Amino acid sequence: MAAYIARRLIWVVFLLFMITLITFVIFSVLPSGDPAVLRAGRQPSPQLIESIRHQFGLDKPKPVQFVNYIGDILPFLGHNGFYFGFSYQNQTQVLPEILNRLPNTIFLTVGAVLLWLSIGIPIGMISAVKTGSWLDRLLMSVALIFISAPVYFLGLVVLYLFADDIGKFPLLPGNSAYSQATTFWQKGEALIMPWCVLAASFAAVYARFLRGNLIDTLQEDYIRTARAKGLSERRVLFRHGVRAAITPIVTLLGLDIGILLGGAILTETVFNIQGIGRYAYDAITNSDLPVIQGTVLFGAFFIVTMSLIVDILYAFIDPRVRY
Amino acid sequence: MGEPLLEVIDLRVHFETDDGLVKAVDGISYTVERGETLGIVGESGSGKSVSSLTVMGLTRARNARISGTVRFDGQDLLTASDEEMRAIRGDDVAMIFQDPLSSLHPFYKVGKQIAEAVRAHREVSKAQAWDRAVEMLGLVGIPEPRRRAESYPHEFSGGMRQRAMIAMALANDPKLLIADEPTTALDVTVQAQILELIERLQSEFDTAVVVITHDLGVVAEMADEIAVMYAGRIVEKANADTIFAAPEHPYTWGLLSSIPRLDSPRGEELVPISGRPPSLINLPGGCSFHPRCPYVREAHKRVDPTLDEVPADPNHLVACLLAPEVRRQLWSELRTGVAPDEARKDVMTEEEVA
Repeated sequence: MAAYIARRLIWVVFLLFMITLITFVIFSVLPSGDPAVLRAGRQPSPQLIESIRHQFGLDKPKPVQFVNYIGDILPFLGHNGFYFGFSYQNQTQVLPEILNRLPNTIFLTVGAVLLWLSIGIPIGMISAVKTGSWLDRLLMSVALIFISAPVYFLGLVVLYLFADDIGKFPLLPGNSAYSQATTFWQKGEALIMPWCVLAASFAAVYARFLRGNLIDTLQEDYIRTARAKGLSERRVLFRHGVRAAITPIVTLLGLDIGILLGGAILTETVFNIQGIGRYAYDAITNSDLPVIQGTVLFGAFFIVTMSLIVDILYAFIDPRVRY
Repeated sequence: MGEPLLEVIDLRVHFETDDGLVKAVDGISYTVERGETLGIVGESGSGKSVSSLTVMGLTRARNARISGTVRFDGQDLLTASDEEMRAIRGDDVAMIFQDPLSSLHPFYKVGKQIAEAVRAHREVSKAQAWDRAVEMLGLVGIPEPRRRAESYPHEFSGGMRQRAMIAMALANDPKLLIADEPTTALDVTVQAQILELIERLQSEFDTAVVVITHDLGVVAEMADEIAVMYAGRIVEKANADTIFAAPEHPYTWGLLSSIPRLDSPRGEELVPISGRPPSLINLPGGCSFHPRCPYVREAHKRVDPTLDEVPADPNHLVACLLAPEVRRQLWSELRTGVAPDEARKDVMTEEEVA
């Protein structure tokens, strides 16, 4: 196991390097505004542009820029700490800004995860046990609707209906509430709608997935054996059925968490939450390469790390898996 | 002797499916006495497994139509409640299945699964249940049982897994053990060990056993009585000795002839039963075996045979429309190695040939 983890960690480093490289290449190749020009403001003089270019190191050849970037990211290479560069857009440093926004993204993600698990899993189980009944069909149809509805659409509908400033049935804080909230509870209240919107499609996916998996699992021979032993149907369903059917969901959950931690762009935009996703989106619009690279790196790091965690977890869940 | 332990009377199990009504079991009757062994022999799709699963109450699905009587130790099982059946399963009646790898839960230790079976029916602590699990593993011949109880099913070999399943089934000292193809998934040498184990435990604990198999060789030694099933019905039932010495149904003859023999000359062809098992939705009219029977007559396509006693032996039942003397003559030819077609030509007049 230790050897496996070591190998995986090396792979993580390699992957992150490749992702950084690819991002860099893509944005070097794409035609976008010259960042120096963008920075310079109105009617810049050539000297101004040139000095800005020099300041950002844009006058050096591309490979050198890339190597410098990598060197800056890694600590202990001639300077202390991680340095992710300056945003082209404003003079703020990338890394502190990301770390500032990270708690918002984490809060959004954790709430949504808990919500969709507590909805999706029971629904999946009920549907699997009562396959073919009207309840099953109803639940799966509703799930299909929520899978199909895009997050931004759902978000806008929910705001339209329930936001306390503009909604038809003012119940919940509107979409400027999060940025204005100060206390933990206020923030939580402001996140109720985003959580629901974000959780909706995930809950539907998980419910459908668990339903299919559980139906298959309940056909297995060991379920028949469990019944033949005279175990209660409840024990058969939970200890034998769900226990076996839930393992792919653990993998899926890990990856979904990783992806969301990299920023739920649509939700953060609709509900005006200053998270990493929103930061990345703005940066892309403005061709703000350092910010883009920073957020991409963070996102990739989360995904790759969650993937590793989930794979290790799998070995504890399924004793047949040995690394 | 007293009352039989298990009495199955005219059991029918039909499943309603989109393709039609599947008559998996279509009127079978048998009894099992305490401490005795019944062998149920038949091909896949003969209904042999379904009949036993029904005895256990494991076929109570939405689309199942079950009729008849199943009396176990005086209690009618078909009308018993789900809770009553749950209490009986694993306690008074236990079942082991064909593939022990897929029949044991892959995520739980073997000892835990056995202990679970114990705790489902006995008020004991976890430690006591674990001890019982270790005891049972030792009884079935697994070395170092205390250490082995901590293993997972995939860490056992095939034979050991089946032993573990037997240990689990017998943990609560059931009165009846149903073994559904217990050796089919195992190597031949291991097969013999497992059958020997079942026999030994049976005599030690006075358990009645029903062995379900497609292989007559498996029941040759173990069974006191053998029932041959085809297309959901019992076509022949007799003492084990009689089945091998003086069978009277063409299907049984086919089963016996198709067993490869150690002493047959090299290069001799195997003698299969031609054709395939019938669809249980669209059974052939008349005798359901007639499409595959080398001795079929016109009348057999229309008339349904009933399970009748053989003249000399009231314990021997057979469902065949051929006259008893004809059957006996055919068998005496077949047992000397004559091919079915030849035997038919010798014994039967050629009028009314199908």
